Amino acid sequence: MALRQGERARARVGPLGRRSRILGGGARSVPVAVVSTVVFFGLIVVLVVRSPGWPEVRRSFLDGDIFGDSFPDILAAFWINIQIFCVAEVLILVLALGLALLRSLPGSVFFPLRALALVYTDLFRAVPTILVIYILGFGAPALDVGGVPRSAFFWGVVSLVLVYSAYVSEVYRAGIDSVHPSQEAAARSLGLSRAQALRFVILPQAVRRVVPPLLNDFIGLQKDSALVALIGPVEAFRQSQIEVAGSFNYTPYLATALLFVLLTIPLARLTDWLVARDRGRHRAAGAR
Amino acid sequence: MRKLVLLLVFASGFSILAAGCGGDDDGSVAGATTQATTTAASRADCGKESLDLVSEGKLTVGTDNPAFPPWFGGKPGPGSKWKIGDPTTGEGFESAVAYAVAEELGFTRDEVEWKVVPFNQAFRPGQKSFDFDINQVSYTPARAKSVEFSDSYYDVNQALVAFKNSELADAASIEDLRDAKLGAQVGTSSYEYITDSIDPGPEPSVYDTNNDVISALKAKQIDGIVVDLPTAFYVTAAQIENGTIVGQFPAAGEQERFGMVFEQDSTLVDCVNGALATLKSEGTLADLQQEWLSDKASAPVLE
Amino acid sequence: MSSDGSALRLEGVRKSFGALEVLRGIDLAVEEHEVLCLIGASGSGKSTLLRCVNLLEPIEAGRIVVAGEEITARGVDVNRVRRGIGIVFQAFNLFPHMTVLENVTLAPRHVLGLSRVRGEEEGRELLERFGLADKEREYPDRLSGGQQQRAAIARALAMRPRLLLLDEVTSALDPELVGEVLNAIRELAAAGMTMVIATHEMAFAREIADRVAFLDGGLVIEEGPPERIFQAPEQPRTRQFLQRIIEAGRL
Repeated sequence: MALRQGERARARVGPLGRRSRILGGGARSVPVAVVSTVVFFGLIVVLVVRSPGWPEVRRSFLDGDIFGDSFPDILAAFWINIQIFCVAEVLILVLALGLALLRSLPGSVFFPLRALALVYTDLFRAVPTILVIYILGFGAPALDVGGVPRSAFFWGVVSLVLVYSAYVSEVYRAGIDSVHPSQEAAARSLGLSRAQALRFVILPQAVRRVVPPLLNDFIGLQKDSALVALIGPVEAFRQSQIEVAGSFNYTPYLATALLFVLLTIPLARLTDWLVARDRGRHRAAGAR
Repeated sequence: MRKLVLLLVFASGFSILAAGCGGDDDGSVAGATTQATTTAASRADCGKESLDLVSEGKLTVGTDNPAFPPWFGGKPGPGSKWKIGDPTTGEGFESAVAYAVAEELGFTRDEVEWKVVPFNQAFRPGQKSFDFDINQVSYTPARAKSVEFSDSYYDVNQALVAFKNSELADAASIEDLRDAKLGAQVGTSSYEYITDSIDPGPEPSVYDTNNDVISALKAKQIDGIVVDLPTAFYVTAAQIENGTIVGQFPAAGEQERFGMVFEQDSTLVDCVNGALATLKSEGTLADLQQEWLSDKASAPVLE
Repeated sequence: MSSDGSALRLEGVRKSFGALEVLRGIDLAVEEHEVLCLIGASGSGKSTLLRCVNLLEPIEAGRIVVAGEEITARGVDVNRVRRGIGIVFQAFNLFPHMTVLENVTLAPRHVLGLSRVRGEEEGRELLERFGLADKEREYPDRLSGGQQQRAAIARALAMRPRLLLLDEVTSALDPELVGEVLNAIRELAAAGMTMVIATHEMAFAREIADRVAFLDGGLVIEEGPPERIFQAPEQPRTRQFLQRIIEAGRL
């Protein structure tokens, strides 16, 4: 950030030579932030380490050997989580969009479809995900109807898709509603049909606006992939549970948590970057 | 400049607090238990009054809910928190053993209290809310690091349950299970037996409870389930239709055995072991096994 | 071409928003190649009138006839009608996620079925005509207000409409940018485009209009050639309105 002559003098730019917007601006913001961070976290660490129960807690949660022993198996099991949420997310994005569009169909002739979408959304946001997984995971195969897949992985993914589509469809609807009606008016007045206006004008803008909440739901989905363990598959959380049961040490849980953290944080920063890049470039000026 | 000064004040204030609150760090755990001398327990030391109990004057015994036969029998009355079986009735093998041990230690039936303790919680390290837990917990060296086990009150074998008309029902050896999709409850010796001794090709499925394992079997998501033999009898008798015990497994290495679970360094273990020894020598234990766990011989052994 | 030669005819058009009646019986006719300017205070119904012509708003009574076809009749294909009528809005309403060229070519390609190459060719011609040739790859937020509005006009024209509606298209612009948009409209008029222009720019209206209609309270109070309306208005309300405009120094 280049500062003009006078500004530079006034800013009293410190040893590292620059202001930092993230750190809060102000003169010498970088060194101040560093000192403050070190002191703050240093104090927390000191408080924790000096507490009476610390050695026991450290043994239970931060055992290096157990971490090393259990991590490879947990990492291998994590592959199941990845498969679950990758497959599910694609299906969710599609189904949720379909639901949102159904809800927006105009005219009385489409009332049954709108009602259906509404009931679906209400139902699957109401029922806890765990129950859906149990009911579909054990119940559907037990019906013993020919052609119905038995696989727990299949029904686990289906359950997550059904539940999350309900939430994500509301996100899409919010995005669609947030696009100013003048956009649709302009599109329609050019002769575009409602479907074309949706496809070329409204949805592109709507989806861009809701990338943060979409990512939020995706991150939630990544954690909920662990619920599939209830009906059998040994994914990362279940694997760590097995390790914990065998060793009576909670360190494997930390290993799993670490995996999820390593997955989530880069995704979150990526989204921030995408949104920042998009902002100001393609945003409408809003109503005037 | 002013900000730095404020920061320093803040920091020093915090340090003073920290210094004040910090305890000694020699690693002692809060609420340390007293060391017990481990001499052979004499009857006198095991008197009710001299025992270190969770609840004075009462013997608190833990087990999981639902309480399944043949380990726990009787029907829970209305308003009872227990499901399927009722430990307070004295019916069922483990209920009977618990009351027999309690009697040896000088407790009347009224002085025995039962507590619900989920299976997994029983053998975790840490302070216990029970004097001992009896819940088909197998002794393993890993578990013994965190808790104390009594001597064996039952030697147990794992068994395989499947549907009568399934492929697995014809299995005669462990080799035949090579391609089987098996299931077991998480954290059990049954699960460990699958991974360590059977080691089938397909990854076994793991469930929170035995009920879930059975649901998976019914949904045909797994071919067979591994549970201890007496439980296998209950499963095929009461929980699934057209089920069969394909066979029982030989012990892998040391014979697997059930023990009661105590808090680490508990002073009670020796006394209970003494009681068990008495029950064994008097033949009471064998009688109880006969009464509640007969049919043990009728399952073929899968080598 | 209609039997009576009119490009647009409104007969007894009424429009309400809930309890509020905004158009209370509009009768108007516009000939081919004619420029009709609508003047009147805010809230007089000018915008609503234009939106009704474009079928963006349904009407409660009366009919609208475009090139001999009653477009407010039941069963009319709204999309087809809109192809022949272009509208430019006060707020430009360009599509912010598309470049200027994409804005212009979207409808011709997907509604008229033009190929991408052909669409871009014609789009470029239009942009050139309105002095935006070098902006074709820019996004709307990089353009000045005047440029955006010219792009919006080009976008409307890309559909080759027979009738162009302009709804206060300079009202949202900074004064120095108004001129370039008015020039664009002048050029369209000279080329023979049939237009209905709602505007506050009285001097411009006087210059460009073939006829002027004064709207007040949802009714056409007076209409006629600009010389008569601006110099010798017959109705008292027209005079009142113009008086206020002159006092405000805008005429």
